[in-house]
Amino acid sequence: MTSFVNLGRETGRSTWAVSGHALGFAALLIVAIVAPVFVYPVFLMKVMCFALFACAFNLLLGYGGLLSFGHAAYFGSASYVAAHAAKVWGLTPEISIGLGVLTAIGLGAVVGSISIRRQGIYFAMVTLAFAQMVFFFALQAPFTGGEDGIQAVPRGELFGIFSLASDRALYPFVLAITFGGLLLIYRIVNSPFGEVLKAIRENEARAVSLGYHVNRYKLVTFVLSAGLAGLAGSTKALVFQLATLTDVHWSMSGEVVLMTLIGGMGTIFGPVVGAALIVTMQNYLAVLGGWVTVIQGVIFVVCVLLFRKGIVGVLTGNIRSPRVKSRRKSQK
Amino acid sequence: MFDFLGIPPQALFGQLLLGLINGSFYATLSLGLAIIFGLLNIINFAHGAQYMLGAFIAWFMLTYLGLDYFWALIVAPIVVGISGIVIERLLVSRLYHLDHLYGLLLTFGIALILQGTLRNVYGISGLPYAIPQPLSGGTNLGFMFLPNYRAWVVVLSLVVCVSTWLVIEKTKLGAYLRAATENPALVGAFGINVPLLITLTYGVGVGLAGFAGVLAAPVYSVSPNMGADLIIVVFAVVVIGGMGSILGAIVTGYGLGLVEGLTRVVYPEASSVIIFVIMAVVLLIKPNGLFGRAA
Amino acid sequence: MNTKALMSSVLLSCWVIAPASALEVKLGVLTDLSGVYADLAGEGSIQAARMAVEDFKGSERGINVTITSADHQNKPDVASSIARRWVNSDGVNAVVDVPTSSAALAVNEIVRDANALHLNSTGGTSDLTGKACSPHTVHWTYDTWSVANSTAKAVMDTGLKSWFFITADYAFGHAIERDASAFVETHGGQVLGSIRHPFPNQDFSSFLLQAQSSGAQVIGLANATSDMQNSIRQASEFGIKEGGQSLAGLLVFLPDVHAMGLQAAQGLYLTESFYWDLNDGTREWSKRFADARGGNMPSMVQAGVYASVLHYLKAVEASESTDADTVIAKMKEMPTDDPLFGQGKIREDGRKIHDMYLFQVKTPEASTGPWDYYEVVATVPAEQAFRPLDQGECPLVNN
Repeated sequence: MTSFVNLGRETGRSTWAVSGHALGFAALLIVAIVAPVFVYPVFLMKVMCFALFACAFNLLLGYGGLLSFGHAAYFGSASYVAAHAAKVWGLTPEISIGLGVLTAIGLGAVVGSISIRRQGIYFAMVTLAFAQMVFFFALQAPFTGGEDGIQAVPRGELFGIFSLASDRALYPFVLAITFGGLLLIYRIVNSPFGEVLKAIRENEARAVSLGYHVNRYKLVTFVLSAGLAGLAGSTKALVFQLATLTDVHWSMSGEVVLMTLIGGMGTIFGPVVGAALIVTMQNYLAVLGGWVTVIQGVIFVVCVLLFRKGIVGVLTGNIRSPRVKSRRKSQK
Repeated sequence: MFDFLGIPPQALFGQLLLGLINGSFYATLSLGLAIIFGLLNIINFAHGAQYMLGAFIAWFMLTYLGLDYFWALIVAPIVVGISGIVIERLLVSRLYHLDHLYGLLLTFGIALILQGTLRNVYGISGLPYAIPQPLSGGTNLGFMFLPNYRAWVVVLSLVVCVSTWLVIEKTKLGAYLRAATENPALVGAFGINVPLLITLTYGVGVGLAGFAGVLAAPVYSVSPNMGADLIIVVFAVVVIGGMGSILGAIVTGYGLGLVEGLTRVVYPEASSVIIFVIMAVVLLIKPNGLFGRAA
Repeated sequence: MNTKALMSSVLLSCWVIAPASALEVKLGVLTDLSGVYADLAGEGSIQAARMAVEDFKGSERGINVTITSADHQNKPDVASSIARRWVNSDGVNAVVDVPTSSAALAVNEIVRDANALHLNSTGGTSDLTGKACSPHTVHWTYDTWSVANSTAKAVMDTGLKSWFFITADYAFGHAIERDASAFVETHGGQVLGSIRHPFPNQDFSSFLLQAQSSGAQVIGLANATSDMQNSIRQASEFGIKEGGQSLAGLLVFLPDVHAMGLQAAQGLYLTESFYWDLNDGTREWSKRFADARGGNMPSMVQAGVYASVLHYLKAVEASESTDADTVIAKMKEMPTDDPLFGQGKIREDGRKIHDMYLFQVKTPEASTGPWDYYEVVATVPAEQAFRPLDQGECPLVNN
């Protein structure tokens, strides 16, 4: 019963919500265009890539209710493929990124189809297992360069015409990709597909009884999430001209969870805020050295205890308390 | 005798025995994790950090108090267990009504805090902790030289694991505990202090991690990172064994040690990833783990 | 002439000679403050850089030096983005220290086309002066080729000819094993086998068992920091030395020995280019360093930071400029001379050469106190200690 009521409330407020979101997008766009005047552009591009990564992850977690522990696998593998394509095959940036995204989609399809059969923590552990296997592959395969990674990746010329070598030229490109990705996620979430997804998250049994092929929806979401994470990873490879093992390590998977949690699961802008906060903290508090880890730990603890809705969730007074799908004993 | 995959039997037995020794650590750690999850439904990501804490306390005791290893074996698990209880009372208990995810994130944050703080204070190079005199030296078994301390590790961890299993499965206290997790209200109605039982159980689970840490101190460097990479392997062990199953955790722990030992001979680079391959395979065939029951 | 007049004319002439505007130099110490190299480099490297700046007394020479620092956490991506920002946007003239080969290579790329120099002290890869050599990089303290060859050479000179390698399974480990094996085989030795362990790894018992059963006289450890420490401690547990085999650490630093303790590390052969107790020059400097660092003696890489910064500042003064190309040409032109590394020079490929020393770790009985860990076994002269110029495949070298 509860989920239907929520859905109804949701659709009833849609006009308000839509204009609120439109305002949010517009504000973000303005900030993103103006910011490079004040802030170092490469830092901003890093924030954008991670914002896209976190939003992609949020699609699966906040809206799909599935916690994946191995999202770094898609981010990182796309990063390696794009880097290799740009450096060794000399392909133009849009093709390199495209190849990266295709890799992530393929990997997501394989892992997703196997892990979807499980629930809750088991699902998470299967995704972790596959991520570790991807890490192992990245470590051993000669083309990835092991510990050194793929370095000196050329940024190339967009469509073979516009050189992206300078930060100034690259910035609009990254901006376009990030916003494109965010808008795509917004469209997915606020579509009939998205509504069914939320229904599945709230009460899977009921959705099944209504005749929805639940596993199919979950798989599609998984693949979309992986593909968008791959988009973020490929773009990041060009911004930093590097693809390394950090991109596929399980701590990267942990960071994206942190970003989504702080920002607000199940909100559109939450992960953007979370990503901005975490990346800023890592950069500007780098002078604190080892204490950054401790601070991240404290943020985790405080957020989980007091701040579960995340920053954006609290600010927008989100009614839905973010709850992850799993077997809850109380419901039996 | 025959050669296994081109490896002479002596080398093989040596590696398997070494694998068994590693398995002792996996078993003890996953036992603690399985108790905490199986009986309390908390995913304790801080387990690796608590293992590390046990090793550090042993080192503190030796360096600042002059108390040797055998004191540490008793005191460190108790101290770590008490710290676990404090964490449970103050922080973890607030999340019982919510999804597992939050307990996991909370304990992950606690692990980051513990590791980061100790790393800042003690650096990462690792602190030396000598093997206690009575346990040093070794015996030549013919196919390999077995250090006495390693034999001690296997024996002691077996004793601890088996006795814990006996207590949980075969004693009245264990029965109360298992009942309390199935139906806390009903058990409480019988006059049993359920919250106390839960808290103590968490303390025991965490104490087991501390115990494993003391066992590890003389053989691995006592370093703030010692639990960080170990924890995901231990999680994999618990998942393979079946999240709620005590027996599963013990058997899988020793089993994994053996498998890893074998991998080290055949394809050593893969020894760190073999566990995940096995986990993926097991979860596909037996979704609730080898010994798990559908919860 | 009376003293007052003399004094005033000296003072006056100083004021007249001083340049009208001071040169601004900004140094960036990019190091590991929280990971496996924090004790080896870390805060100590920053301290060493400060000492170099203080000893240089720039203000008296019209050069203002500021130091900034950052933690790259041993990750090439973090190192790359910090170096990029420093060099392109914060006006840093030289990036100093940079542990971890992958991070060093990343910084190497950033600095290549920029107006800044890379003074590397802690990174190991010999590719920095080989395939990846850059006109803006100076590689100071050591590299994988030199430690592998010097250790292999010096150990074989003591009569031990058959080797077994335990190698960390990553680029650094492979490189060191490759360089050491090549040396062993071309100099009448035998490599009986090798085994690769995952990086990082905690338990080496099975690898040590295989090394033991190979019967090799020397077990070469092609790994570093905690892997190497664990290998050594577990080796003593398994009675490797009692069984008649020796251990050679292909990359061991003084803080590693301090962490392992003499009980475990005694008898280990290793090669370093600096030790605090070598001579009066090193002793005096090291004592000053230790006083500021709570009694911890410097590692060779921290000494390298001091020496490289000092030489850089001297070159800046001599060329009266902070332009990267000008200064580095000066650095290569001027021979180096400091109390820490003695006399040496920087070659065309950016490689700084100096003597390397083979040490053996003392037994606990032979040591007179904390940090008294090494005995000098042999000295490898500078010309032989490093890879010959023509073997590096460096495009800067005209063959």
